[in-house]
Amino acid sequence: MRKYVYKRPEVFTDAITTYCGGCGHGIVNKLMAELIDEIGLQENGILVWPIGCSCLSDRYYNMDAYMALHGRAPAAATGIKRADPSKCVIVYQGDGDLVSEGMAEIMHAGIRGEKFSVIFINNAIYGMTGAQMAPTTLLGQTATTAPAPLGRIVDNSGYPVKMAEILAELPGVVYSERVTVNSPARIVQCKKALKKAIELQLAGKGMSFVEVLSPCPTGWKMAPTKALDWIDDEMTKVYPLGVIKDASKEAE
Amino acid sequence: MGKKEFLQGNQAMAESAIRAGCKLYFGYPITPSSEVPEYYAKAMIERPEEGITFIQAETEVSAFNMVAGAVATGHRAMTATSGPGFSLGQEAVSYMSAGDLPGVIVEVMRPGPGDGEILASQGDYFQAVKGGGHGDYQTLVLAPYSVQEMCELMQESFELAEKYRNPVILLSDATLAKMRESVELPGYVPQKDPASKPNALRGCGKNEPHKVVTCGDGPVQWEEFNARLQEKYKRIAENEVRYKTYNLDDAEIILVAFGSMARVCESAMKMAREKGLKVGMIRPISLWPFPDKAFEGIIGKKFLVCELNAGQMVQDVKLAVENKRDVFFYGKLGGTTPSPKNVLAEIVKLGGESK
Amino acid sequence: MKNVVEIDFNRCKECGYCIRFCPKGVLSKGEKVNKKGYYPPVVSDGCIACGTCARVCPDTAITVYRED
Repeated sequence: MRKYVYKRPEVFTDAITTYCGGCGHGIVNKLMAELIDEIGLQENGILVWPIGCSCLSDRYYNMDAYMALHGRAPAAATGIKRADPSKCVIVYQGDGDLVSEGMAEIMHAGIRGEKFSVIFINNAIYGMTGAQMAPTTLLGQTATTAPAPLGRIVDNSGYPVKMAEILAELPGVVYSERVTVNSPARIVQCKKALKKAIELQLAGKGMSFVEVLSPCPTGWKMAPTKALDWIDDEMTKVYPLGVIKDASKEAE
Repeated sequence: MGKKEFLQGNQAMAESAIRAGCKLYFGYPITPSSEVPEYYAKAMIERPEEGITFIQAETEVSAFNMVAGAVATGHRAMTATSGPGFSLGQEAVSYMSAGDLPGVIVEVMRPGPGDGEILASQGDYFQAVKGGGHGDYQTLVLAPYSVQEMCELMQESFELAEKYRNPVILLSDATLAKMRESVELPGYVPQKDPASKPNALRGCGKNEPHKVVTCGDGPVQWEEFNARLQEKYKRIAENEVRYKTYNLDDAEIILVAFGSMARVCESAMKMAREKGLKVGMIRPISLWPFPDKAFEGIIGKKFLVCELNAGQMVQDVKLAVENKRDVFFYGKLGGTTPSPKNVLAEIVKLGGESK
Repeated sequence: MKNVVEIDFNRCKECGYCIRFCPKGVLSKGEKVNKKGYYPPVVSDGCIACGTCARVCPDTAITVYRED
């Protein structure tokens, strides 16, 4: 008699991910797969993927999917959800996609209160294109377009952008939480947040937003376990963890 | 059906789209196309039984991408825009063609370049026909010349977009958009279940997932992907050429014009005939695929291409004719439309003399 | 009752998270290299089948079960 403590989620295909070892995308993708199995989202779920390290993620799921143009995932998702509100639409974006190229799209999706769930992977760098600076890169953090010794400089590139707080200001955004995945306990909290974001959509409430601080060992030029530490040592100072907004009870 | 109504171009076109089953409109207001989103917004409130959704997008970039997302689910959707807005949408047009997405785009041309003017122009011919977006792609481009034709081609745009799984551009201009003419509106078109359309995003359950992916997987795969797209464009080119000819049999001078300029030329042709001048006209209705065959075999005649631009369609005419030295051009920039008398003067200049 | 941790040999990318977070320290870097050049971990005695390794693995390369 065999009793499984953990098994690979059913909705996953057999594809091996293209992510680097230790990448936070892999952990979040896994949590999404677990939730799809647990809640039963294969029936009416549509995943909207960005341009970035996760752009090929449609290959990892037996789910209908749309790989959007850079930054446009919230716009495409608006088209999908407005065409058929009965679908569960999950929007997944990285920092280049959501904060830079797609700033107008995410802001206005929040302004309109589009009833989909947004998962925002914040690794403070542009991974896929080779570790350039992102709007979320920390001051002094180095990147190929913010090289050593100064790294990101305020005069040149301004301050890191706190999307969970910015979106929380919009009445159409009913839920905004920032989480991370650098320990088992934090992974549990991340899954809770993702679950909440999905449940709010199924209950027909407005936009829910989960920002995940994610390790990028390759972009940050450190070993994966060091990257987990860097999130605590540096990232959470700029991007505090926690529920920024929960207006889900008041939302109609 | 059967009833004639005196309707504005933009509004009649919007009504025709609704009756074609396009219940989803995403767009940004821009003169001279704003009556289209306004019509949809009003219909959403006043005709709730029709289940219309109008979303005013933040930019045309977003609007075109909303259309792409919506049609990916098998529902019909459209946007209408002009000049600068059309430029913003080009990335998404390239994407929709690559992704086999049947988005319908109305482009109501106004003079450019830059912020430009808000009267009539045909200066976006290159952009629409040659493809303003990146990569090797094509879209069907249809150019009506009356409000009636605009209504009919509006409905056909949705059918053709779905037939080929490719975006269709309906090319209008400020004159056609704003003028009022007597029209018989087309009827309601019966709709198929969106989830039954090819590759529709619907929630796959235990069935084969459907995906919209336009990103390559290495040069070999990408060449195959492109070969398939080229096959699609070839089928469109073979089957969807449209044009009209007028008085060609004995014509010595043949006017070539599309859209509102074709109305002017039609009148100029009649005036010329009254003076005994042997003038005919070729009116392309599909600008892509361009009706090359309309020009085949016509030798020793003069073609006078009249456009509201600096000379765009004239290049395609030169490619289509037997001898490009037979092709002449009359154009107007800035937004004023020449009168039939102006065109007649050009005909006479070309050597057309009263007998 | 046997506690089993199965590591998908060619899926592992040697990030080290399972080794770091195993509460009993039963995982350590293996000596065999996989197709991609990574050294997947090996499991020694003392596993309690808590499933932590499987939950932290970014590649979902780990299956954990109890067997009679």
